[in-house]
Amino acid sequence: MSTQTARPVRTTVQAPPPPIPQPPRAPRQLTSKLAVHAVLLVFALYTLMPLTWLVIAATKNYRDLFATNPFALGDFNLWHNLGELLAYNDGIYSRWLANSVLYTVVGSLLSTLISVACGYAFDKYEFKGKESLFGLVLVGVLVPATVVQLPLYLLASEAGLVNTYWAVLIPSLVNPFGVYLARVFSEGYVPGEVLEAARVDGAGELRTFVSVSLPMLAPGFMTIFLFSFTASWNNFYGALMMLNDEELYPVNLGLYAWQKSVYQQPELYPLVIIGALVAVLPLIVAFLCLQRFWRSGLTAGAVK
Amino acid sequence: MAVQLARPVKSLATGGSSSSRRRHQRGAVALFMVPFFVLFAAVTLAPLGYAAWMSLFREESSGLGFGGTERVFAGIGNFTEALTDPAFLGSFGHIAVYCLIYIPVMIGGALALALLVDSALTRAKRFFQIAYYLPHAVPGLVASIIWLYLYTPGLSPVTEALQGLGVHWNFFGADEALYSIVNVSAWQWIGYNMIIFYAGLQAIPRETLEAATVDGAGAFRTAFQVKVPMIRSTVVLTLLFTCVGAIQLFDAPKLIQLRATELGSEWSPTMYIYAQAFESRDYGLAAAASLLLALVAGLLSFVVTKLGNRWKAAA
Repeated sequence: MSTQTARPVRTTVQAPPPPIPQPPRAPRQLTSKLAVHAVLLVFALYTLMPLTWLVIAATKNYRDLFATNPFALGDFNLWHNLGELLAYNDGIYSRWLANSVLYTVVGSLLSTLISVACGYAFDKYEFKGKESLFGLVLVGVLVPATVVQLPLYLLASEAGLVNTYWAVLIPSLVNPFGVYLARVFSEGYVPGEVLEAARVDGAGELRTFVSVSLPMLAPGFMTIFLFSFTASWNNFYGALMMLNDEELYPVNLGLYAWQKSVYQQPELYPLVIIGALVAVLPLIVAFLCLQRFWRSGLTAGAVK
Repeated sequence: MAVQLARPVKSLATGGSSSSRRRHQRGAVALFMVPFFVLFAAVTLAPLGYAAWMSLFREESSGLGFGGTERVFAGIGNFTEALTDPAFLGSFGHIAVYCLIYIPVMIGGALALALLVDSALTRAKRFFQIAYYLPHAVPGLVASIIWLYLYTPGLSPVTEALQGLGVHWNFFGADEALYSIVNVSAWQWIGYNMIIFYAGLQAIPRETLEAATVDGAGAFRTAFQVKVPMIRSTVVLTLLFTCVGAIQLFDAPKLIQLRATELGSEWSPTMYIYAQAFESRDYGLAAAASLLLALVAGLLSFVVTKLGNRWKAAA
């Protein structure tokens, strides 16, 4: 798990406003602008350095990793390392990658659908006990998943689910915060009149949801999906508890297992490094492509 | 579940067979809500209840220890054991010290960066936001592995550079390891929180800032006396989430501890729970510790929210 709970904040992004007319004190302003950008650049070096190092290190073999300057290129072994990674232990790494995709992509899709349906129902229907039921959801938002992890393990082991795909997949389907967000999004994106119109046209409730409301909720769906996705991609504590069988590991647990044995088998170093790179790259690409949604998740909506 | 009495809300057009429609809607509500609540009950409520039950028992070895263990009723024994265990209490102490260093660095850093980015050139703004936010796309465990290597002499450009400067800093030392953990968290979260603060700054009405400029306030005064107070509720909220996150800290210390062995395997509360369950096989104690941790996390949210509200009221 990460060290903070992700959530959106009650602020809205506005288009950049026209610049404020400044009194003419050009030379001082120029120096201060330069200073501002210098500080920002130094900090950018701090945030980008580890990833840059990772890319360079992934091109080195074991000997060069320790023998050459960390930022200098050694012999170019990127493809060799990649081959080793995919071949090691009968291709266990690709198995982990596939597991990660199952836990995160499939898990988050289902989880988002479940949350959106539930939040939508909270917004669009009236029934007895609705607000107290929603209170229960809010309690769920406040209880961190990590805190429930050991109790969950105890229950799963009683139910015989430990060391199965289900042990990681099922918990990832529950996202109370997603339900909360979905209710907010549904209030904002789906006007009641549209539902009325669909009903008058004779569409059933489920049909209305699937073909009218869900498309209108698409941006919200994406935002909740990304929250859920990040949470499950980060879920190390849960997988560590639930899984013993290497075949079921997600990538992060597999890398941890290699890292633990790296001190006895130093030849695993290049594998951990290239393995980390391969695990991170798709996320960075996804992040760059989906920036708009990350940002709206961070800044749109409203919270508590 | 109380979904029996579904009826349409915001019903503009009624008419036709409203009772059959009502029945359909009742069915729809159940269809939409039952999956979430069934899973929620199975994954959150039931485990907490089960942990409460488990925490009342203790595993005791029978006879000379050859006959395996049996489960005996312990009452609140596990809770008193956890609360008097220096390792458990110490783990909260570690987090408190961690917060003392991490929170000022992270909140201060994110706020400073947000203010700086706010006054940067438009095109640079975009680049810096992406550069700062990027570490957040890296999974926590992978971030911890990368930094573990960056702390390792021989592998790391950082230790090499420090040596070049004549600085001797052992990232895995008993005292230094804490800073190594703080750094991993800061790397992952400063950019994230900076984006949140920055969005808050963007939402400040331009007239307010213009008024400050007209009144003769310089950039620094505008930043600290106008901009920061205007986003204080966002800052408080971030503080709350950071504290709640800190109490769950696991990945970074677990990884750093592979090298910094002096940290021990019970450094944070979540590590303590893991160690009790999977190293000592003391499930009763682990369950009791989990419930105590849940209580602390809940109280913490409550206290910081109250504090934040008072601060807001005073503004």
